[in-house]
Formats: sequence, structure tokens, C-alpha cells
Amino acid sequence: MTAGSSQNWIVQNLWLIPAIPMVAAGLVALMKRANRGLAATLAIGSMAVSLLLSLRAFAAALANPMLQVRNVDWMQFGDQWVQLGWLLDPLAAVMLVMVTFVGLLIFIYSVGYMAHDDNFTRFFCFLSLFAGAMLGVVIANSLLLLFMCWEVVGLTSYLLIGFWFQRPAAAAAAKKAFITTRVGDLGLLIGMVWLYSQAGTLLFYGNGNGCLEQRALAAMAAHATVAGMAVSTAIGLLIFCGAVGKSGQVPLHVWLPDAMEGPTPVSALIHAATMVAAGVYLVARVYPLMSGSALEVVAWVGAVTAIFAACIAVAQNDIKRILAYSTVSQLGYMMLGLGVGGVAVGMFHLITHAFFKALLFLGAGSVIHGCTEEQDIRNMGGLRKFMPVTFAAYTCGMLALCGFPLFAGFWSKDAILHSAHGWGISRGPFYLGAIGALLTAFYMTRQMYYVFFGQKRTPAATVGAAAVAVHGATEHAVEPAVSPRPGEVCAVEEPHESPVVMTIPLAILAVFAVLLGFVGTPAWPWFQNFLGGHGVTFDWSGFGEPGLMSLMLTSSLIVMLGLLLGWFFYGRRPIVHPTDEDALEELAPPVFSALAHRLYVDELYSVTVIALARFGAAFASWLDRWIFGGAVRLVAWAVTGVSWLDAGVDRFVVNGGFDEGCRELSRGGRLLSRLQNGRVQTYLSVIAAALVVLGVWLLWGHRG
Amino acid sequence: MTPLAGCLLVSALLFSIGLAGALTRRNAILVLAGIELMLNAANLNFIAFWRFGPNPEAFTGVMFVIFSIAVAAAEAAVGLALILAIYRHARTSDVSEIAEMRG
Amino acid sequence: MGMTVSFLILAIVTLAGGVAAMTLRRLVHCALALAVSFAGLAGLYLNLGADFAGLAQLLVYVGAIAILIVFAILLTRSAETELQKVFSPAGVMGALLAIGVFGVLAWAVLASSAARGAAAAGPAPSSPMREIGFILMQRYVLPLEVIALMLTAAMIGAVILAVREKPLSAASPRSESSRELRA
Repeated sequence: MTAGSSQNWIVQNLWLIPAIPMVAAGLVALMKRANRGLAATLAIGSMAVSLLLSLRAFAAALANPMLQVRNVDWMQFGDQWVQLGWLLDPLAAVMLVMVTFVGLLIFIYSVGYMAHDDNFTRFFCFLSLFAGAMLGVVIANSLLLLFMCWEVVGLTSYLLIGFWFQRPAAAAAAKKAFITTRVGDLGLLIGMVWLYSQAGTLLFYGNGNGCLEQRALAAMAAHATVAGMAVSTAIGLLIFCGAVGKSGQVPLHVWLPDAMEGPTPVSALIHAATMVAAGVYLVARVYPLMSGSALEVVAWVGAVTAIFAACIAVAQNDIKRILAYSTVSQLGYMMLGLGVGGVAVGMFHLITHAFFKALLFLGAGSVIHGCTEEQDIRNMGGLRKFMPVTFAAYTCGMLALCGFPLFAGFWSKDAILHSAHGWGISRGPFYLGAIGALLTAFYMTRQMYYVFFGQKRTPAATVGAAAVAVHGATEHAVEPAVSPRPGEVCAVEEPHESPVVMTIPLAILAVFAVLLGFVGTPAWPWFQNFLGGHGVTFDWSGFGEPGLMSLMLTSSLIVMLGLLLGWFFYGRRPIVHPTDEDALEELAPPVFSALAHRLYVDELYSVTVIALARFGAAFASWLDRWIFGGAVRLVAWAVTGVSWLDAGVDRFVVNGGFDEGCRELSRGGRLLSRLQNGRVQTYLSVIAAALVVLGVWLLWGHRG
Repeated sequence: MTPLAGCLLVSALLFSIGLAGALTRRNAILVLAGIELMLNAANLNFIAFWRFGPNPEAFTGVMFVIFSIAVAAAEAAVGLALILAIYRHARTSDVSEIAEMRG
Repeated sequence: MGMTVSFLILAIVTLAGGVAAMTLRRLVHCALALAVSFAGLAGLYLNLGADFAGLAQLLVYVGAIAILIVFAILLTRSAETELQKVFSPAGVMGALLAIGVFGVLAWAVLASSAARGAAAAGPAPSSPMREIGFILMQRYVLPLEVIALMLTAAMIGAVILAVREKPLSAASPRSESSRELRA
């Protein structure tokens, strides 16, 4: 019973896992004087505690793969209670462990990476807040709670991308990220509202009343709506819009490469391992809602994204941007996996990708740090002599990403390709995925050769300025070298290995990049079965599935071909000068140029959507200034006129009339006073005259 | 014409003469003289009405005239004293020159 | 005819004296003509039977007031002015007004019942002095006393007004006269 009750304890207190990092973020924010040690301790400590709790939850999920739920009443609407809740199932448990583990490693890495930054404590505050929110997304049993944490994740992403907000490029990138994901979130919000109106609740699971449970699903599938879709399909597609924004699928992918303006640990944690995976997780979470047609859309979007981004990555020159487009491409793969193969297939790739992409980003950060903030691969070279540990770890990550046999990525990508191959609806995604794998191997090899092999091309002393001058001279520079970040300056100028606090996490992640794939091999599909909720046995016959071996062979050959092509173009002749033309560029300049310009998607948006928004803003401004403002001004003018009239009346009519009256009075008085001329005889004359008049009058009356 | 009417006409004429003089002459003393004449004309009126009136035994008109004469005496005295005082102050007894109490 | 000859003569004397008093050039002549006019009036009173009034008139008017006027004329001699032209505007105006007043009064008299009344008049009352005495002391005793008071006041006032100021330096006449009195 103790095991049961202790299991029950973790389910009851699952909320601690996101809460503890959030509390740590609050404490760090309220610190009066910036205390680096305390901030780092709080953040890393809270993350460690969450990791321990997540492992505890994982153990509980291992023991009891059934879904466990805990709901609480939150607030009242009339006589209805809105409930929030959290759940624990194998999917959530796996995500919890991944997020906390990778997050912890990246936190430790950040201590070294951000050591020279002035805003160290602010960084850890935001990181902690992000971790808490992400964990909240993972365990949410209510779409409302998930959405709230989703938005906080978006907020912290904005704050962290724009961490060095004094740089206009960073501030613009943060805005772009926020607004682009907002577009997707609008679809999510509409879907959420619609779901609430249909199912009456936003809880996923709750005693049969949840919106992902049988009763609600049946009701929604029965209704038909726009274009003959079932309601559940429509809602699923709307929710998928949110995932498209957050996970950088093709129409809304434009923010991810620009998000590289943030510090490298941010790129690693948020834009490789966790936040972008949240979209994939969301689709996995509401999987019961997605019908076949919805999944079809998901699969195609994923496939297109995979190849689109892989093409662009071939022509990029910024080390982080190559990895960013690679992330977009891999996210496409995950969506493809969800669409064609189900939750387990997509999630497996998500888990392995988290590890090796985080590894690659941390390695890139190590390279950048070691080259004193140089990010252009044309200015690097021969670094494997200077940074051996970084080189070794980076190689592991690169091979895992390419899908080299027996590395982690191989197993997960292979599962996706296998499902795509067997997809009844179309083979299109499979071919796109295969070409994408080829391109992945190609551009990663290109990157390896530029960065680690060949001659050292790093300029001495003033790195940023010289690089800018050099790049300004060439015609094909489209991704200018990024000027030095504030506070990230190292004293040493020669490329050097990073400090231990940065290389240890690299090593740990490298181990996982190599070994993690083995939890999902066909012979021992532990991962897939764990998610499915049933036991698993080691069985070599798993390899005997029809078509599996040939497919594995095919994908291995594709990877080898990609590596070979990369060596052919970039490995044979070492790159000598930073200004040398890219080998591919020599071959097909217009193609290379278009790819280097990111296929002009940003420019397209600029003339369509953004121009429309600007026009709307200008129109609203005109309306406000001339129509409404004009009305106000008219009223003011009328009031002024009335008051002017009133003043005039008061001054001229009232005062003037009064003054005139007084003047007339005094004039009359002066006139009358002239009657009194001081002569007695005059007075007497007047009396006599009056007597005459009076007498005549009286006598006249008495006549007759 | 009855005797009364005759008397009244005489007094009216005397009154007018006095008035003419009071209005015309420039010397203050002559103005006073004109006023005295006017007063005397009124006294004559009284006597005439007493004599030809209904009740002469009551001597009303005579009493009035007596008092009038007394008052006229007092008035003449004071008036002439005034004229003297003004003459000393203004060096003239010309009424048209003493017009200081004007508006 | 009611108007006896004596009445007529006395009337003419009075009127002539009045006219002379008002038109003569020299002041003293005017004063004397005034006295003649007063005397004529006294005669008229006597003619009408008002003995006491006539004699009082003689005593007071001719004997006191006319003399007073002469004294005043004599005391204000140096500023004797020329008689202005008879036909000056002020003179014409005054004359016209006087004529107007006379016209009104005559009209009143002639239009009234006095002119149409009985021709005969009653006889003059006899021995008026005794009656007048009695009336004065009985009926009119209050006015009598008041008159006495008034005459006293007038006398005092006239003295105060006319007392000669001693020629001092720049001092107001009023304060001068009061200082005189106190001294």
C-alpha cells in the first residue's frame, strides 16, 4: 500500500513540478541587489528538485501506465465550476523527465556562458519562469490551463530572445517571434472556445466527462460542419494552428531563425529542445481529437516544412542559423511522424531531437564563446585542434542529427520514414522526408568542414568590425556577421576551449545522443510500448518486419550519400579565405543566392501581411486624427465661439450699456446743474414765470 | 367796479411794479426794496378783504397786517445787514456779480 | 362808484412812488421815493378804516425801514453801480414777466365774484383800538410773543452780521467776527 500511496502522493502533488521553478523565478525577481550566486543557486536548485520529482513521477508512470488525473475547482461561472487539473501518463512522464533534465544541464551551462553578462540574475529569473511554464504545459489536464502556460512560455520566449534588447535586431526578433506565434495562437484560441461550446468542458480527462473522452468525442465526430468536416476535425485543425505557430511549421516558421538573436543557452533550451516541441506535444496530447483528414494535413505540413527548411539551411553562413533551420526541418519531421505514424513515432523523435539539438546548440555556443563572439562559419576553421572536447561532442550530435546508423537520430528518424513509407494515402511525404535526410547530412557536413576542419581563418583582435568590413565587400553576404554581444567579451583572443562548467553538460548530452536511441529500436520498442501503455520484451524478430531492414539500409545509404557529397564539395579542398566563394555557390549561383535569401518568405510577408497591417494602422490613425479628433475640435471650436460671444456681450452690451447709462446720467446732471447759475434774480424770474403759467392754467379752467 | 376790485387791482399793480424792480435792478438794496413793495401789496390785499369782507369785527385782516409789518421789519433789518456783510466781503453790492453758489 | 377821490389820489401817489423807486438812477432818490410809496400806502390803510395798521405802517415802514435802506445805501456807497440800460435784455425780460403777472392777477380779480359783488360796502367798524388790544392779548397772544422773540433774534442776528471786522491779515471773516464778539 505504501507504494500505492506514495504513487498517489506524486500524482496529488504533481503541481509542485512547475510550481517550484516559478517560485524560484519570483524570488530571483524580487532580489534587491543582484546576487549572482543566489540567483544561479535558486534556479538550478529548483530545477534539480523538479528533476527529482519528475523522476519520481516517471517511476510512478512506469509502475502504473494508466492515466492518472487530479482535478480541482478553480472558479465559478454562475453555478458551474471551471476546473483545472493535471495528469500523469507515460507521455507526460517522458516529457517531464526530458524537459527537467535537459533544462538542468542548460542551466548549468548558462552559469559559464553568461558569466560576463551584467544581467545575469535577470537571465536566470526568466529561465526559471520559462521552465515552470513549460512544465505546466506538460502536465496540464485542461486545455485552459495548457493555454495559460502556453502563453507564459511565449512571453518568456519573447523576454529571452530580446534579452539584449539594446540591440535593435534582438528587439525586432523578439517582437517577430511573439507576433508570429500569436497568429497561430489565434487559431488555438478559436479552437479552444469552440471545443468548450461543443463539449461543455475543457478538461481532457475527468470521469468520462472530459473533452478527449469517448462521450464528447463521439458527439463531436457526429456533427458535421464547414466543408463536410466533422466538428472534431475542425477543432483539431484549429488547435494544430497553434502548433504550427509555436513549432515553426512552414507558413509561420519565419520567427525561429531570427530568434537566434537571443543568447545561445536560450536557443538551446527554448528553440531546440522544449518550447518548439510544445507544439508537437500539444498535437500529441489532443491526438484523440484528430481524425484521419486532420492527420493528413498535419503530415503534409510537416513534410513540406522538413524539406523547405533543409533547403534553406544549405546556404546559411551563421552557425546558429544553420542549426535553427535544422530545427525547423526536424520539427517538420516530428509533425510528419505524428501524422503518419501516431503519437509514439512523433514523440520518439522529439525526445531524441531534444538531446542532440541541445547538444549541437551548446556546442555552437562553446564555439562562439571560444572564438570571442564570432558566429560566421566563414571566419572559423580548424577549430578541432583548439577545442577538442567541443569537437567530439559536436560530432556526436551531428551524427545523431543526420541519422547515422546506431546513433539516436537514426532510430527515431527511421521510425518516421518507415511509417511514411507505409502510409496508405500517399508516398509523397516519404520522398520528401528522404530528400530531407539527404540534405540534412549534406549541410551538417558542410558546417563541420567550415567550422572544425581546414585552416584557421579567425581574424585576430577586433573580430566583429573586420568581419563586417570583409562581408560588406562581398556580393553574396546576406547574413552579416553579428556584432559582439554586450557583456560577452572574453579576454583571450585565440580560439580556446570553454570552461569546464560548459563542457561537462556537453559531454553528458553527447552520451545521451549516442545511446538514447536504443530505447526505441524495433528489437526492443520500449518507448513506443511505454507510451502505448503495455509491456515490452526484447525480441530480435522485431527487425524482421517486412520492409524494415531494407528501409533501414536505404536510409543509411542516403545518409552516407549526403556525407559523401558534403565531403566532395567542402572536404576535398580546404577553405582558405573567409571571402572564398562557397563551393555550391560556384556551381549554381542563382539557386544558392535564393536559398541564402531564405527563399524570400520574409519579403513576401513584408509586402502582403505587414503592408496590410500598416495600411490598417495608417487608416485608423487618420480616422482618429481627422474624424474623431475633428469632432472633438469642432466641439471645442463651438464652445470657444460661444464663450467669445458671451465675452463680447458681456463687455459691450452689459458693461457698455451700463457705462453708457451712467455717462448719460452724469451728462444729464451736468445739464441740470447749469440751471443753478447762482443769480437770485434768475430764480425769481423762474418763480414769476411759473406763477404766470399756473395762474393762466387755473383761470382757464374756471372760465365759463 | 366794486371798491374791493379797485383795491385789489391797485395791489396787483403795486405787486407787479415791485416784481419788475426786483427782477431788473442790479443793486441788492433795490432788490430788497422791490420785495418790500411786493410785501406791502399783499398787506393792502389783506386790509381790502378785511374791509369789504364778511366779518370786519373780528379784525382778522388787521392783525395779519400787523404781524406782517413786524416780520417785514425784522426781515429788512437782517437782509440789509446781510447786504452790508456781503458788500464788505465782495466789495460790491451788485447781485449779478455775486454768483458763487452756482451749479 | 365806490371809489372815492381820496382813494384814487392815494393810489396814484403810491403807485407813482413805487415806479419811481424802481426806476430812478440814484439810489438815494429811490429810497426816498420808496418812503413816499410807503406813506401813500399808510394813507390807503387809513382810508380803508384800518387805523392801527396805517399808523403802524407809517411808524415801521416809513420811520424805520426806509431809513434803514437809506443807511444801507450810504454804507455801501463806493460800489454804486450805474443803472443799466432800461432796454437791456434782462430788463425787458423782467418787465415782461411783471406785465404777465399783473395780467394774471387782474384777470383773476376781474373774473372773480369780487368784481361782480355788491357795490356798497359796509361802514367802517368803530373804535378799533380797544378791540385790537383785546384781541392781541387774548386771541393772538401767542403770535405776539413769538413775534417778540423773532424780533429779538432778528436784531441780534443783524448785529452779528453787520458788525465791522477789524482789518487783520489773512483770516476768514467768520472767525474774525466770532473773535470780535468774544472780545
